[in-house]
Amino acid sequence: MLQEESDLSLIIAQIVQKLKGSNLYAQLERQAWASLQRPEIKLESLKEDIKEFFKISGWEKKLQNAVYSELSVFPLPSHPAAPPEHLKEPLVYMRKAQGSWEKRILKSLNSMCTELSIPLARKRPVGEQKELLNKWNEMGTDEPDLSLFRPVYAPKDFLEVLINLRNPNYENGDSLSFRTHLGLIQVPLKVKDIPELKEFFVELGLTTGQLGIDDSTQVPPELFENEHVRIGQKVLAEQDSAAAQQYVRQGSPTALRAELWALILNISSQPEDILYYEQLKTNVIQHDLLVDSLIYKDVKLTASNDDYYFVFEDYLYQVLLCFSRDTSVLGHFAYSSASPPKSYIRGKLGLEEYAVFYPPNGVIPFHGFSMYVAPLCFLYHEPSKLYQIFREMYVRFFFRLHSISSHPSGIVSLCLLFETLLQTYLPQLFYHLREIGAQPLRISFKWMVRAFSGYLATDQLLLLWDRILGYNSLEILAVSTGNESTSSQITWVYPSPGTSDSEFTLPQFSYL
Amino acid sequence: MSRVSVPCHVKGTVALQVGDVRTSQGRPGVLVIDVTFPSVAPFELQEITFKNYYTAFLTIRVRQHTSTHTPAKWVTCLRDYCLMPDPHSEEGAQEYVSLFKQQMLCDMARVLELRLILRQPSPLWLSFTVEELQIYQQGPKSPSMTFPKWLSHPVPCEQPAPLLEGLPEPSRVSSEVQQMWALTEMIRASHTSTRIGRFDVDGCYDLNLLSYT
Repeated sequence: MLQEESDLSLIIAQIVQKLKGSNLYAQLERQAWASLQRPEIKLESLKEDIKEFFKISGWEKKLQNAVYSELSVFPLPSHPAAPPEHLKEPLVYMRKAQGSWEKRILKSLNSMCTELSIPLARKRPVGEQKELLNKWNEMGTDEPDLSLFRPVYAPKDFLEVLINLRNPNYENGDSLSFRTHLGLIQVPLKVKDIPELKEFFVELGLTTGQLGIDDSTQVPPELFENEHVRIGQKVLAEQDSAAAQQYVRQGSPTALRAELWALILNISSQPEDILYYEQLKTNVIQHDLLVDSLIYKDVKLTASNDDYYFVFEDYLYQVLLCFSRDTSVLGHFAYSSASPPKSYIRGKLGLEEYAVFYPPNGVIPFHGFSMYVAPLCFLYHEPSKLYQIFREMYVRFFFRLHSISSHPSGIVSLCLLFETLLQTYLPQLFYHLREIGAQPLRISFKWMVRAFSGYLATDQLLLLWDRILGYNSLEILAVSTGNESTSSQITWVYPSPGTSDSEFTLPQFSYL
Repeated sequence: MSRVSVPCHVKGTVALQVGDVRTSQGRPGVLVIDVTFPSVAPFELQEITFKNYYTAFLTIRVRQHTSTHTPAKWVTCLRDYCLMPDPHSEEGAQEYVSLFKQQMLCDMARVLELRLILRQPSPLWLSFTVEELQIYQQGPKSPSMTFPKWLSHPVPCEQPAPLLEGLPEPSRVSSEVQQMWALTEMIRASHTSTRIGRFDVDGCYDLNLLSYT
């Protein structure tokens, strides 16, 4: 059909445009030039011969991985008449709600700035720069006075905003109808029901092996574990992103996890990436930002107090401080409903040439933000690689957990999915909790916002994050939350196609 | 392909409802929007674009100009086109939509008037409509040129002169040169869109408070 063809060429053009600025493009160009020396490249059939060379030498695979990565992250090109804000968030009332929420955060940050008389950003004097450079690997030993700082917001504040979210065109009357929302979320977003979830998460069915269950000590490894590890090694040898993503849906062996995640996120530590990280480090040393103190405070309050993660405190500073200076993160605002805060250089208010984003990456950390990084420290020990992995995880997944949007992986949809599942399959529990004034979402919201980091044992958490990567969706968090709420194994009795009566069990997570 | 916007006059929506509007409890589930083209002669419709606002199904009827003296009749050209897969939920509720003449059930050659019939069966929404309605007709085609006779009717090939020894065949050379020219043109036309990465302005990052606009 004409429309599909033009859509496809638009997608191709968009991806080509994106990849043109990347390292891979420069590398491919260099390789193509170098390959001209090779005897099999003939001038008459230059294009075909170089393509063949790329296929044999593995460069085509790298390009394939890069294209797959772009397709996973960026939304499809939208209708030509749609303005850019429509791509960020199609529903007008959600855009407005996100705008007001952001305004509240900015006001809070500004008032902290004026109350404490601390500038938003300041250039460090040379002596201080030297001191920080010496202390770079042990910033955790520093004990600055952070008592006056408070986090800009906590997940419970955000929950209140979501509870008050209303569609002005929706029947929000008091009279009960067949569509009254008994939970806290009152917007009618489309969420998957159990048949759709069963189809979406087909690899989590009872008849498919899972790491975390089928590799426990009682189960002989020949049944599943050995074969699964062998396949994992093969996937890594092939260096295929799409295959790796499919593979981790059944869980990833601990030894292979770091490489598999790097392959799925299309991260390879090139010298340019290490150089980029060093550049960010220089930026941290040169300028001191107010958000740095917020990051310090957050790490001290959350990760440092956690039994599993306190050892990684220094890594967390090294990652999060650099993250705040990274302007490449601004790219994700094209498909996020959020917008980066703006400011002007002192004395140049209103002049567009002196407009800057604050913080440079546009992301203001909230209470618990550092917990997104902490589990990754178990996998990656080299700061620049750890940094790249975290940044990619943030711009693909984590940003959706703290912005108001109608996206199926956005926090609003996850909350609604959780409440709908609980109402449908545990109605008595739901009703009882509601009667005693403890709406289930109030308990489980913080688990979802933190992607369970800090609430699950690390090995369980990493298995959960395997599925997030494997399905390229955060919906597993809502389903797991449904699992957690009863603190025991849930079995959905549901006839699966082909068998008469089989059970569909979610992976069992042990509660911390 | 090029398209040209056709100025149209969108009449107010008319709700179709059984019974008295004032006294009945429910909201209308069917709306009709008439679109006329007062200043334009009957034209060939190419594309219709609009922004949806909570309409679930769309039917379009068209009245075309007929050359004979028979009065123009209304014909359905699009039947129950689904805009919202689940009328009770937000999916597709505020999307931008394009409809092309290829999707229409009848020929759209001499359009006089359009009638859009909007349906929203769910009682949950307070109102529904379509916004930013634009009608397009075919843009002007590139002017047709008359080719010289020898270009459009090439004479049958004469036997080419015998090649000198050792030289490659001319047709192969010309196709290779064409390929290389195409590659160089592509390289010349390409440009990157990478960001530089600086967050300060000339080394200075001394800021005012954050702005709210």
